[in-house]
Amino acid sequence: MLTERFDALRAQGRRALVCYATAGHPDPERSISLWQGLEEAGADVLEVGVPFSDPMADGPVIQASSQAALAHGVTLDAALALVARAKLGIPVVLFTYLNPLIAAGPDVLRRAADAGVHGVLVTDLPVGSDAARESWLGEGPLDFVRLVAPTTPPTRMAEIARHGRGFVYLISRLGVTGVSDTLPEDLPQTIAALRRVCTLPICVGFGISRPEHARVVGAHADGIVVGSAIVGAAGKSVDAAVTLARELRRALDGRTA
Amino acid sequence: MAIETTADGRFGAFGGRYVPETLVPALDELERALEQALADPAFHAELNGMLQHYAGRPSAMSDAPRFSERVGAPVWLKREDLNHTGAHKINNALAQALLARRMGKRRIIAETGAGQHGVATATVCARLGLECVVYMGEEDMRRQRLNVYRMRLMGATVVPVTAGTRTLKDATTEAIRDWVTTCPTSHYIIGSVVGPAPYPRMVRDFQAIIGREARAQMLERAGRLPRAVVACVGGGSNAMGIFHAFVDDANVDLIGVEAAGHGLDSGSHSASLSRGTPGVLHGALSYLLQDEHGQVHPAHSISAGLDYPGVGPEHSYLKEIGRATYVSVTDEQALEGFALLGRLEGIIPALETAHAVWWIASQRGRWAAEEPVLLCVSGRGDKDVAQVSELGAGPG
Repeated sequence: MLTERFDALRAQGRRALVCYATAGHPDPERSISLWQGLEEAGADVLEVGVPFSDPMADGPVIQASSQAALAHGVTLDAALALVARAKLGIPVVLFTYLNPLIAAGPDVLRRAADAGVHGVLVTDLPVGSDAARESWLGEGPLDFVRLVAPTTPPTRMAEIARHGRGFVYLISRLGVTGVSDTLPEDLPQTIAALRRVCTLPICVGFGISRPEHARVVGAHADGIVVGSAIVGAAGKSVDAAVTLARELRRALDGRTA
Repeated sequence: MAIETTADGRFGAFGGRYVPETLVPALDELERALEQALADPAFHAELNGMLQHYAGRPSAMSDAPRFSERVGAPVWLKREDLNHTGAHKINNALAQALLARRMGKRRIIAETGAGQHGVATATVCARLGLECVVYMGEEDMRRQRLNVYRMRLMGATVVPVTAGTRTLKDATTEAIRDWVTTCPTSHYIIGSVVGPAPYPRMVRDFQAIIGREARAQMLERAGRLPRAVVACVGGGSNAMGIFHAFVDDANVDLIGVEAAGHGLDSGSHSASLSRGTPGVLHGALSYLLQDEHGQVHPAHSISAGLDYPGVGPEHSYLKEIGRATYVSVTDEQALEGFALLGRLEGIIPALETAHAVWWIASQRGRWAAEEPVLLCVSGRGDKDVAQVSELGAGPG
């Protein structure tokens, strides 16, 4: 379903808006209305973050949302139950750390697919780190989305691109998740370098928070991933997050706000 | 059966490199630099020179006549407490700081629990003129005020960590977040045999001098190898450091003492090997305190240095193959051990070490009168005196 979505976008000459939201934040019920609202606002893919006690790749906004979700008792299986209830029409990618995924048992990928999840992205399982678990994910029912970082050398980019499914997630800058005022100056070059070795769609995330970022990145990549900005807005109200998604959609489609 | 890591840096199934992609090239770079340094006689010459003339190695081996009488077997003390900065941590901090300088990295990141690793890192950074940023849980900063002051006195920036349990686990997570952001210019000096490969092996190798010296000192002073080697285990660096030289000596028992906190059944302890299950935290697969959903369970120990829900992957492996045994000692028992070694030998051990002291004292009858027991006194207790006196433990 991820591939179909990106093919359709490509045919229309449009860029993908990928929205991240932590499952169970601000609370389980509003989590569902948030996801449905994001779909209505024009999100093409929803990344559902699985709350983890020690999110080492996340900045303060997503850390706080994970803590809030855990306080509501939302762990991996609860997140899947929320996805099933949300009945979304757009593809859903589970965004998780490895430990909750291992703890959920070997049939978790099947359970996720049954709940309506299409892809999975594991923050702390880089290409080449664990052959057995990478095959489990790569050969399972979900598209196993892989990440490329600004530090990744070109030869490794090619290897990651070969292992990826659905799309490749390009981390825009060094550091943890979080909003930024500016984009890295060499981002177009990084995207171009990845494009040379990668046939999958390229979505850029980390620090992309504003409509002007969406316009700039949309000129080079196949899509943008917006996380902390959405989560931060959702902490204020679901409407605020949906409004932001709508603005990002307009910017990405080249329409003026 | 020397323990060798596999090509991808594992000890059996344990260890590995479970990190964000951004850090993979940084770990590759570190591995290459380490390999080059270890092959370079100039690196060893500088490191050994500093270990001798700056840190004060070799550390002494003390007999412990009154404590031995209590135990019913001769106990020998490997005195890492006598090192500069008061613990074994300087061995690793010094070596990694020299490595960082070779790599052209002028900014050093460290995490600290009890503050001993933070102090050791701040110390070597001052000596080598490197910038030093230490992450420390707010709760640990309260427990270990003196060490916070020491670090700042030597020019380090101590950053309070307010996330989670505000202890070593959260300080480590925060240090990793810094490193993900600054890896091209910063080196992260992990203080224990934890973290992604090559850290567990590298830290062990830099701490293995403890066991090399102790083994030779035992042969010289006691005329034989110890029957048992005992060390406390939080992350497990002093234990791996002293165990490593004895792994091939089949008749030497290796015993790691974990923190049982309020008791193993209280749910409030740090005994990852005794009560944990394999899981991934801070870049490695190892025994971990966690719930059925894979969420990390907060650890507890009276000693900040043991207050960690994970453990070095090599310890998990040594447990699995049955080469080492892991036992545990409660907060209350550790306080008794703390007082005991002071009263009997005039050596106030770190609260971490005090766990191992109490365990040995509790084992009277386990060893024959001629069977020597070797204890790694991983650090001195000066840092803990204020905390223990506030608890009203010790002399009235």
